[in-house]
Parts: sequence; C-alpha cells; structure tokens
Amino acid sequence: MDGIHDVGGMQGFGHTKPLTAGPPFAEPWEGKAFALGLLAIRAAGANLHAFRHAIERVPPAEYLSGYYARWLMGAQNLLQDSGVVSGEEVTARAARLSGQHAAEPAQPELRKPGMPSGGPGNLRNLDAPPAFAVGEAVRTRNLDPSGHTRLPRYVRRRTGTVIAVQPAQVFPDSAAHFLGEDPQYVYSVEFTSRELWGAGCEPFSLSIDLFEPYLEPAT
Amino acid sequence: MTAAQEHLDPALRVEALASLLTERGLIDPATVENFIKTYEKSVGPMNGAKVVARAWTDPQYRVRLLADGTAAIAELGFKGPQGEHIVVLENTPSVHHVVVCTLCSCYPWPVLGLPPSWYKDPAYRSRVVREPRMVLAEFGLMLADDVQVKVFDSSSEVRYMVLPERPDGTGHLSEDELAALVTRDAMVGVAAVSAP
Repeated sequence: MDGIHDVGGMQGFGHTKPLTAGPPFAEPWEGKAFALGLLAIRAAGANLHAFRHAIERVPPAEYLSGYYARWLMGAQNLLQDSGVVSGEEVTARAARLSGQHAAEPAQPELRKPGMPSGGPGNLRNLDAPPAFAVGEAVRTRNLDPSGHTRLPRYVRRRTGTVIAVQPAQVFPDSAAHFLGEDPQYVYSVEFTSRELWGAGCEPFSLSIDLFEPYLEPAT
Repeated sequence: MTAAQEHLDPALRVEALASLLTERGLIDPATVENFIKTYEKSVGPMNGAKVVARAWTDPQYRVRLLADGTAAIAELGFKGPQGEHIVVLENTPSVHHVVVCTLCSCYPWPVLGLPPSWYKDPAYRSRVVREPRMVLAEFGLMLADDVQVKVFDSSSEVRYMVLPERPDGTGHLSEDELAALVTRDAMVGVAAVSAP
C-alpha cells in the first residue's frame, strides 16, 4: 500500500529530532498504549503483520500526529476488524469516562480471523532451496499491491546485489490479510546510492531485506 | 467508523479501550503494568552495551557475535520479542553502518529496548536512506570522505545492531567501565563512542 508509512526517501520532513535520551514513555498513557497494542493482537486473533497494516491504514494526518497515537489507532483498527469492540463503543466509553452521558451501544458480533499458525515467531524452515545466492544480481519487481507489503516504494524497479540469504520467514503480504503464512526466503540486497537516487547523490550503499517474491534475476 | 474519525485525545482513547477490554476479560491490568515496567526497567540499551563491552574485551566472543548475533547475544541472557534473528554490523575505521526502519520503526528490543523518538520520526526514516552523511552530520557525527557509509533498512524480521569502534585510550578500563561508555545512539550507528 502506498501509504504515509512508506517514507523512505520522501522530502520535506525537515530537521531530525535531537538525540536526547528520554524515558521510553514520555507520558503514562504512552506506556499503556504500547501494552494495549501488543495485547490487542492476541485479543483480535490477529498477528504482527496485520497490526503493522492496521497502523498503515491510519489516515496520513493522524499517522503523523505521533508514534503511540498511531500505534493506538492501529490497535483499535485491529479490534474493530475482528468485532471485539466497535468505534461507537470506544466513543461512548470515552464520553462516559469524561463525565458525559452517553448510551453504550450493543457489542458487535465477533468475526476473528482464523489463520492457522505455523508456530511461534516468524522464522520458518523451507524444504526448497533459496532461488538466489550471495553475489547474484537481482531486480525488484514493479509491485504495487493495495494491501500490506514490505517492499518500499524507493527500492521498486531497482537492481542490486544479494549480500546475505536470511532465514525464511512468514510472508507479511499474505499473513497481514490472514491468507496464510506462505513462508519465503529473505535476502539482504545491496543497492548503490546512485541506483536509487541518480547521479549527484551522496556516495553510500543501502541494504534492505526483501522477500523472494519481490525479486527477479537481473538480466 | 475508523479509529481516526473520532478525534479522541490519545490519553482518553487508551482509557476507553482499556476499560472495554478489561470488562470483557480480554486484558488484565496487571499484565499491562508488567509490560510497561519491563520496558521501563529491564530491557534497554544497557543490555546492548554489555554485548559491545564483551565483544571489545573477548576476541572469541566478538567472532561469535559477528557470525551469529542472536546466539551470542543470548549467551548474555538477552532474547525476546523483536529479537528472533539479530545481525551485528561491525563499524571499523573504513566502514560505518547505520540502521533504520523506513516502513515502521523495527528495532532490536532485547538489546536496545524501545526505539527513541528521533528513530521513529519521519525525518530520520525518510532522510537517512537518501542523505545519510548529512543526517549523521546533523547529529554531530562527521565522517571522513574515505569512510564507506552502509545504511541498513530493517524491512523483515531481521534486526540489526551496530558494534561501534572501541575508542582509543580505553585499554585500562574493565568490561563494566567500557559498557558504561556505550550509548544507544552508537549501537544504531548515529554516534561514535567517546573515551571518558
């Protein structure tokens, strides 16, 4: 999904924030939001990939309002999708907690996804060998799905070199939509800055971990 | 209605959600408190600093750490969520690594804890894959022209941690004293470690 979350290479965000070493949670609500997000994954019968996608679906202005704000809205999206709570219930409960009168709407009907899990975590073993080897030139496909993907815009249709074959993992593009784990090999692919940004850019290399279906042999 | 359409203050939204989920028996307030305490007290960059200090003082550990980060880090007791497969990138006088997650804010929790504000901010995530030297200079890290810059975008479940260079003049320090010098920023690759 070409959403606001896919910021790699975007311009206009200004100066970086200073490297201050603040506490993990600037306000008490942030700690609660953090915990609630992780617990919402289980309560919704979802998974980490669906949670990331639920955050990506937060509209741009709200996404940019802050990390734990978008994290919390993502958690609510997950819970709503699974019929665990409705948006109307959250609104009504928030009003009551602020001392206003609000009727509590009926609980929605549960519709939790039932994707089978291949075990804890995201690393999986595959019988088939990896399609690409270290040193091989690969090109990223011109993929542009409307759902979840871990192929960012800024590395699409680019040619790079495999520098490491990583363990096979649950395929986010599939698992985020509860279509199955469909595990895939992951490759660390290195690109030159010139390949990504053209002549005149800073000299550096960029390595990114890409799932096998994102890649094809470079010809 | 999506979560965003209600325009609730996040502090109020979290209370509303927590109260509904608790009522339905789906979360336990004690578990929420436990999560918060864990990431406030037990899991943080002090873990990664111990890994770095061990690698600086034990050459065999350094070899194991660079060959299989996850296993070598687990030797010191650090593992858990967001640490399924940790790769350690060694900075040298000629190569400098810096880590980002452009799509969200993936970060090696078992060794570094939760990510700081600047790491999650769109300015860092957007710019460090396009103008890393300028971003590092903004943070106060000036690299010589002949140092190769390698940026790592964590887009899968692999997590990256930088093994910074040991500063000169620290030969007399103990492992614990060295660990006290190592900062979170150096283990992401946006700062160098300085001698005391």
